[in-house]
Amino acid sequence: MKKTNLNRRSFLQVTALAGGGLMLGLYTKAGTALAQGPPRMAPLVPSDFISIASNGIVTLTAKNSEIGQNVFNTLPMLIAEELDVDWKDVKIVRADADNKYGPQFTGGSSATPMNWEPMRQVGAAGRQMLIAAAAQTWGVAPEECSTASGRVHHKASNRSLSYGELASKAATMPVPDLRAVKLKDSKDYKIIGTSTINAETRDILTGKPIFGIDVKVPGMLYAVFQRTPVLGGKAVSANLDAIKALKGVKHAFIVEGRPLRSDYTNYLFEDPGFESGVAIVADSWWAARSARERLEVKWDFGKWGAQDSVENAKKAQALSQQSPARTLRQDGDVDTIFKRDDIKVIKSPYVIPFIAHGTMEPQNCTAHYKDGKLEIWVASQIPQSGRTMVGQLLNLPEKDITVHNVRGGGGFGRRAYNDLMLDAAWISKTVGAPVKLIWSREDDIQHDYYRCGGFQFMKGAVDKEGKLIAWHDHFVGYGEGNAFAHDGGFIPNEFPARYVANYQVKSSVMPLGLKTGALRAPYSNSTAWVIQSFIDELAHAAGKDPVQFRLDLLTTTPLPLAAREAGLDASRMIGVIKLVAEKSGWAKRQLPKGTAMGVAFHFSHRGYFAEVAEVTVNANKKIKVNKVWVAADIGSQIINPSSAETQAQGAVIDGLSEMIQEITLEKGAVVQSNYHQHPMLRMSQAPPIEVHFLKTNNPPTGLGEPALPPILPAVCNAIFTATGERIRTMPMTKQGFSFA
Amino acid sequence: MINLKVNGKNQQFDGDPEMPLLWVLRDELDLKGTKFGCGMGVCGACTVHVNGQPTRACFTPVSAVANKSVTTIEGISPDGWHPVQAAWQELDVAQCGYCQAGQIMSACALLVKTPKPTDAEIDTAMNGNLCRCGTYLRIRAAIHKAAEMTPAKTANTSANKPANKSANNATRAGAPLLPSKK
Repeated sequence: MKKTNLNRRSFLQVTALAGGGLMLGLYTKAGTALAQGPPRMAPLVPSDFISIASNGIVTLTAKNSEIGQNVFNTLPMLIAEELDVDWKDVKIVRADADNKYGPQFTGGSSATPMNWEPMRQVGAAGRQMLIAAAAQTWGVAPEECSTASGRVHHKASNRSLSYGELASKAATMPVPDLRAVKLKDSKDYKIIGTSTINAETRDILTGKPIFGIDVKVPGMLYAVFQRTPVLGGKAVSANLDAIKALKGVKHAFIVEGRPLRSDYTNYLFEDPGFESGVAIVADSWWAARSARERLEVKWDFGKWGAQDSVENAKKAQALSQQSPARTLRQDGDVDTIFKRDDIKVIKSPYVIPFIAHGTMEPQNCTAHYKDGKLEIWVASQIPQSGRTMVGQLLNLPEKDITVHNVRGGGGFGRRAYNDLMLDAAWISKTVGAPVKLIWSREDDIQHDYYRCGGFQFMKGAVDKEGKLIAWHDHFVGYGEGNAFAHDGGFIPNEFPARYVANYQVKSSVMPLGLKTGALRAPYSNSTAWVIQSFIDELAHAAGKDPVQFRLDLLTTTPLPLAAREAGLDASRMIGVIKLVAEKSGWAKRQLPKGTAMGVAFHFSHRGYFAEVAEVTVNANKKIKVNKVWVAADIGSQIINPSSAETQAQGAVIDGLSEMIQEITLEKGAVVQSNYHQHPMLRMSQAPPIEVHFLKTNNPPTGLGEPALPPILPAVCNAIFTATGERIRTMPMTKQGFSFA
Repeated sequence: MINLKVNGKNQQFDGDPEMPLLWVLRDELDLKGTKFGCGMGVCGACTVHVNGQPTRACFTPVSAVANKSVTTIEGISPDGWHPVQAAWQELDVAQCGYCQAGQIMSACALLVKTPKPTDAEIDTAMNGNLCRCGTYLRIRAAIHKAAEMTPAKTANTSANKPANKSANNATRAGAPLLPSKK
C-alpha cells in the first residue's frame, strides 16, 4: 500500500459525530496551498467523501451541484458501489465549494465522464482501509478478507466486523494510492445500474427549505437589484432619498459596477460581469420589490443603447452577400463542384434566435460579509470559479470565503455564471448585514447569458446517384475579428465534416452588446437543428429515405482526423440510428395525411443520440407531436436508469420548448420579460417519449445535454414531410407554426 | 389586521395588505414550500389552496384571503405524507424539484373534484403548472397512481382535523384535502 505525497503532509484525526459515532476524518494542512492551485492537482482523499458512524450509517459527500440531474445521487452511488455498502445505509451530504473535492464543475454533461473513475477509486480506497483495519484487528492478511453490505469478512475463521465497528481504526490506516486500487468487475455491481431516487426527494415533496431561495440567515435583509437594462450602461443618478423613505426600505444605493474585461469575454471563467445598477435593501423582499416600482433611474446606456434585433438581421443578410471574413474549415473544392451542371444544388438560410434559460427558481444568492470574511449560499454550477471571482472583486483571500452550494431549481447552464455572487456579496458588504438578493422573473429573463443567435447560409449538392458531394456553410454570428461571442461560435469539425469530401465552413461576425453563454447542449442545440435539417433537405433532393441517406453518409470513408482533433465514432451513431428506426417503425407504418415522422441524430458531449418524432399538423399549422423515440449510446453503464430516462425525456421536452422561444433587442434592451413572452411546453403538449439505451463497450458518459439537440430537427423534418414546408427560422411561430 | 387560517392554524397579518399571499407564507410565516416562479400567475410554482380552490399565491394579495382557509404543501396531510406525495416519490417524478410543490397542489385539487381523472382531464387541470425540467410524463403517471391509491371518496382537509395516529392508514385512507367549494 503506497502513501501519496499528500498523505505525508496530512494528519489523521478521528472526530466524534453528533450521534456518538466516529467518522473517518482526515484533514490536510495542504488545503490552503491546494486552494491556490488548480483543483485538478489535488489527489482526492477518501475521508473527504466518506464518513462511517458506529451504527453503520455511511455518509457520502456529493461534490457536484444538484440542479435536477440527480448527480446528488450519481456520484455517491459510484463511491457506495466500490465501498461495498448497501444503498439503504447511505446518507448524502452536500459539499461546500472546496478544492479538496477536485473540480466541482457542473456542465457539459461531464459529471459521469469526469468522476466515473475517481469516485469509484475513492470508494475502493475506503474499502481497502476498512479491510486493512479488520486484518490488523484479526492478525490476518488483508488478502484473506472480503467485504459485503458494509461488513468485512474473514471466511477462514468465520469472523466478521461491521464498517461501523471498524471506522475509527480504519481512519488510522494508510491512504492507498487511488490509481492503484482494485475496482469491481461490472458484473458484480449492486448499486450502479439500479434506479435510486434522489436523496432529497422527500424534502422536495414536502416543501422543506432546501433551495437557494429558501435560505434564511439571522438578521438577514432582502435585496432587489435594478441592473442596467443595456449591457455596459451606467446608473448616473436615482431618486434614492424618495426610495429610502418608503416603508421597510433600509438602504438604496447606486452600484457603479466595473467595465467588462472585453466585449466578448468568457463570462464563465474570466469575468461574469459586475454591472451597474441600483440596489434596494429592505426588511422584506416584497418591500424592496414594491419600492422598486417607484424607482426612477437616470441611465447612461453607452455604446449599445441603440442595438436592435431587426437591424442585426439586416446586417446578417448584408454579410451573407459578401465574401466571408474567415475560413473555419476547408476540405476539397466546393466551388468547382457547385459549377457542375449534373448535380442538384440546394441553398437555404437558417435563422437561430437568442433564447433565455428561464430556470424555474429565479436567480438568487445570499451573502454575509462580516469582519473581512464572506459566507455565501448559492446554487452555482461552478462554485469554485465564483469564489475566485468574488475574492477578486472584494479583495479577499479565498480562504476567507465560504461558499455553501445549495440545491438549485434548475440550471441548464445559467447557474454556471456567478454574477449573482458578485452582486450579493457587494450589497452585503455595502450594507454591513447578511442579504438575500432575489431576482424577479423579469430580471431573470432580461439579464441572462443567452443562447447566442446567429445565421447559417447553407449550400449543398447531391450528385445523380444521390450522394452528398459538397457542403458549404457561411455562418454569420456575433463577435469581433477572430473572437466570437461567448459560446456563440461554430465547431468547425461538426458532422458532416470529414464525411463529405468537399466541405467548407466560413464565418463573418457583427457586433453584439448582449451577454451570451452556455445553454443545455451549447452550440449543439442550434447547430444540430441546422445541420440535421439541411441534411434532410439534401436527402429529399436526392430522392433518398432520410434514414438511409444518413446511414450512407456515415458509412462513407471519412477524411483522417487532424492532430488533436476529436470526431464521432460513426459505428456508434449507426447503432443508435438503426435502433431508433427499428423502435419507431420507421418507414414501416402507414400514417394518415398530415401525419409524418422525422429523424435526426447528433453527437455531442461524448453522447450518441438519434431521435424520431411523429407529428400531426393541421390546416392551421398547429402541431401535435404524437410520439418521440430516443436511442442513445452513452457507453457501457446506465448508472441510474430511472434518472437516465427522465433526463432524456426532459431534454426532449426542453428542446420542443426551444422551438417557440426567442429573445429580441430593442434600444439595446431585451424585449421579453416573463414566461408569457418566453414560453415553454405545457403538459398537454408533451408527447409520450420512449427512451432506449444501446449499451456498448465504452466508458459511461453523460446525457443531460446530448439528448436535446436531435429533437428540434427531428420535429422539423417530420413537419416538412407532413406539410412540404421547411422550418428555417426559429422560433417556428415566425413561419406560423405552433404547438396545438 | 388580516385574519386567515393557514394549514388549520389561525394567523394574523398586519403588514401591507397588497403583499401577495406568497410572500406572507414564505417570509412572514416561514413556510418556504410554496415557490416564487413568475410573479404573474403563469407558471403555477406558487399554487396553494384557498378554501379548497387551487390559487396562485404570487399574485393574490393577502387581503383577498382574509378570513379564508389556506392550505400549502406543508399542510396537505396530517402525517406529512399524502398519497400524491407517495406517488410522486414512487415514480421518481422530481428532477430539480422546484415546481413540484405547485404541481402537487394542483394535482390534489384535481383529485378531490375528479378522483379518477383521464389523461385529458389531467392535462386540463395541470396546464397552468410549468415544469422547466420536463417531468410532465411522470407527473401524469403519478396522478394516475395517486388516483389508484386514493379512495374515491376523499376526506376533509387534514389541517382542520387531528392527525391520524397510524401513519400508513393516514397516508392511504384519508386523502387530506380541502373539499371543493361547490
